[in-house]
Amino acid sequence: MEVILFAVFASIAVVSSVLVVTRRNPVIAALCLILNFGSLAGMYLLLSAQFIAVVQIIVYAGAIMVLFLFVLMLLRPDMERSFFRHDPLFKWAAIIVSVFTFLLLVYAIILTTFNAPILANHAKTIEIGTVEAIGKELFSNFLLPFEAIGFVLLSATVGAMLLSKKKLD
Amino acid sequence: MNLLPFYLIVSAFMFFTGVIGVMTRRNAIIVFMSIELMLNSANLTFVAFSSFLGNVSGQVFVFFVMAVAAAEAAVGLAIIISIYRNKMTANIDEINILKW
Repeated sequence: MEVILFAVFASIAVVSSVLVVTRRNPVIAALCLILNFGSLAGMYLLLSAQFIAVVQIIVYAGAIMVLFLFVLMLLRPDMERSFFRHDPLFKWAAIIVSVFTFLLLVYAIILTTFNAPILANHAKTIEIGTVEAIGKELFSNFLLPFEAIGFVLLSATVGAMLLSKKKLD
Repeated sequence: MNLLPFYLIVSAFMFFTGVIGVMTRRNAIIVFMSIELMLNSANLTFVAFSSFLGNVSGQVFVFFVMAVAAAEAAVGLAIIISIYRNKMTANIDEINILKW
């Protein structure tokens, strides 16, 4: 059952990530990205990371993608003419280098983790994905980064408001 | 069955799709979406290792990555809007005033 669900979510994630990069219309690319985030949330649930799955839906598929679609609505979404129109040599070079690095990484992953023993038993895995466990860790070992991320979000809010003002003075 | 290598392979695939998107696409918003794809593939790796090693720190890191991604999206899209207001384009080939 787990394997079947993983296969479904993984194939949705792979296909939708390819569609994000290849579609010419940015609105369709954004909708495929939402699909991709949804399938990632499904994979997080399979890995029994419930809190991260819910946050993925709320923050990514909710907040960030609404921001993207809102900006697409404000700008006139100009279609790119063709994928290989300008500088096809650079694009082919990018694709070939990426594919080779991907294959190298797959080789490394198979070599190192294929026969690795599973260190956590199922009960332990379910226990660490809860809000309780993450909250305990967040407010004890990761307290300073948690405070710092608050400042990052505050400065991002101020920066976004300043940048989108009509006249910078 | 040990599914860890398959999660890692899906994550690597998404990362390199994002890399191809950043290097080949010309629309600044799609370049941003590809960056989000790369951040999400890193998150998937974090959660997969966290779940298979039984260590909660990976999921806390994913929480921080999501906060940074939200901040990055807000600032980046504000920059794109202000560039669009000045140059009336979101095509990154035409935005070259910092090029020497």
